[in-house]
Amino acid sequence: MNEVFDKVKDIIVDKLEVEEAQVTMEASFKDDLEADSLDVVELVMELEDEFDMEIADEEAEKINTVGDAVNYINSNQS
Amino acid sequence: MLNNKNALVTGASRGIGRAIALELAKQGANVAVNFSGSEDKAESVVEDVKQYGVQSIKIQADVADETDTKAMVKDVVNEFGSLDILVNNAGINRDNLLMRMKEDEFDQVIDTNLKGVYQCIKAVSRQMIKQKGGRIINVSSVVGVSGNAGQANYTAAKAGVIGLTKSVAKEFASRDILVNAVAPGFISSDMTDSLTEEQKNDILSMIPLEKLGQPEDVARVVRFLASDDANYITGQTIHIDGGMVM
Repeated sequence: MNEVFDKVKDIIVDKLEVEEAQVTMEASFKDDLEADSLDVVELVMELEDEFDMEIADEEAEKINTVGDAVNYINSNQS
Repeated sequence: MLNNKNALVTGASRGIGRAIALELAKQGANVAVNFSGSEDKAESVVEDVKQYGVQSIKIQADVADETDTKAMVKDVVNEFGSLDILVNNAGINRDNLLMRMKEDEFDQVIDTNLKGVYQCIKAVSRQMIKQKGGRIINVSSVVGVSGNAGQANYTAAKAGVIGLTKSVAKEFASRDILVNAVAPGFISSDMTDSLTEEQKNDILSMIPLEKLGQPEDVARVVRFLASDDANYITGQTIHIDGGMVM
């Protein structure tokens, strides 16, 4: 769990150029981390590469917060 | 001009697509030649492209098919390492007066000429976003702007391509992916060769420059839009029609 969160956090910090402290489980990509729609799409692509998984468009649309992403990865990782 | 760039041209086995493939190659780009049916012709385009000292492959794919287009883009990236330029040129026509036009004729043309552009852009978008840049050039037509009796399906699709071009240009602008369209007028082709003298004269009377265009006239504008010279142009439709539609 923590390991996934840390990896996700690193990617978010790098991609969105935000401070580590801003990246909490509750943080919303659009409202708190100032990501636009395309940023979120890119982020999902990065997560797919990092965790070697495919996230379907319908699932990706439901990812609004850092926690959504971490939970999705935790429950779908092989 | 386009050294080390990698391009994919759809419908490149003949006509305007072939001329575009050759023009990009002439400027140093590696070119993937997409075709749907004419493998022999595609192979000869590949051979001609290689004459310019660049790499070339041919790829069969139905541009309206999601699986096909995804696989095609994957092949190009595997072969060339990246994909910098997409030219959506594949197109068909099924001309008929609206009252006689069958649903099937309408659907086929929309599928290839409009949905095909959507599918190919979608298929390359991931790659281009990762690369943080790219060029997409869609081949529309001036009749998409002016309308043309007997081509309700074709003109609807070509007008649709212009709208699609503008929306995608706005969506991808922040990632330095530039999306433009070209709108050819009457370009010399197998189709125009089969016109009667009278039909030809009628057409010429509508063209201020009083001559048909050549596929190379279109190809050079596509090459410009694919080059660094066009860095500040996106969402535009450039007419290549001898002044026919202003």
